[in-house]
Amino acid sequence: MSDQLSKVFAALADPTRRDIVARLSAGDATVNAIAAPYDVSLQAVSKHLKVLEDAGLVSRSREAQRRPVHLEAEVFDLMTKWIERYQGRAEERFARLDAVLAGLDEHGDPLARHDQQHQHDQHADDDEDRHDPHPEGQAS
Amino acid sequence: MTTTRTQARIEADEKVPMIHIYRDFAATPAQLFRAHTDPELFARWVGPTDIGADIDYWDARDGGSWRYTASRDGDLVAGFRGCFHTVSPERIVQTFTWEGMPEGVALETLTFEDLGDGRTRLHATSLCDSFEARDQWLASGMETGVDEGYGALDRLLEAGEL
Repeated sequence: MSDQLSKVFAALADPTRRDIVARLSAGDATVNAIAAPYDVSLQAVSKHLKVLEDAGLVSRSREAQRRPVHLEAEVFDLMTKWIERYQGRAEERFARLDAVLAGLDEHGDPLARHDQQHQHDQHADDDEDRHDPHPEGQAS
Repeated sequence: MTTTRTQARIEADEKVPMIHIYRDFAATPAQLFRAHTDPELFARWVGPTDIGADIDYWDARDGGSWRYTASRDGDLVAGFRGCFHTVSPERIVQTFTWEGMPEGVALETLTFEDLGDGRTRLHATSLCDSFEARDQWLASGMETGVDEGYGALDRLLEAGEL
């Protein structure tokens, strides 16, 4: 499975192939129909389709004359699920990073360090110093 | 601050066993650099929400090394370690090993691209040992059994922190 997964990821790393997959999700299409919107040769599109086929993402019926290309949604869903889960975890981490960054000034120094508490008292009228010195508390 | 929801973009490289992550932040490159090099700040965001991360050692300079762990109820859940190769304001290069697979090592590069207007694009790459290792990483991830999905993000959005 992991070998197939490699092929799936590699196949979808190309923007043209991602586009082809997106269009096939609307329904089966012939190679000519798939190639129509692209400014590349039919041969180049066939090559993209071969990569997608090797990865198990699309299939072509052997007998039919027109040989429409069919999206194997099952493989695609599995792959999407993995990427989405990975992205979900990354995004969760980055959301926490957003919160940490909000507590830093433009130079990267913490906005509310303990050694600035004295300044906090002295400049109580400044808008900037009215911020809660403990960013963790903002979520409540 | 814009209410547009930023999203990490994940790409699996076709030619080399590499993962690309892109994410824009409402922050300066200096802020991002600080959040990646200051151990206290780093520990606040890198770990899963419920258990966080404990920094074991952390020497953010060229040739320095780092290690952090995640524990739940006193039990070690995961450990990560590596070396800082390059630590500069626009670029950090480091190795990364998940101790659950101690023979494996990835080469990570973090680039902070200034977009102006107080926005910065993070481009993180992870070059793994093999395509198989890369895809396992993508498929199962290194996280510690905690899969809270978008929960933490939603909470931050609701709290107006994004």
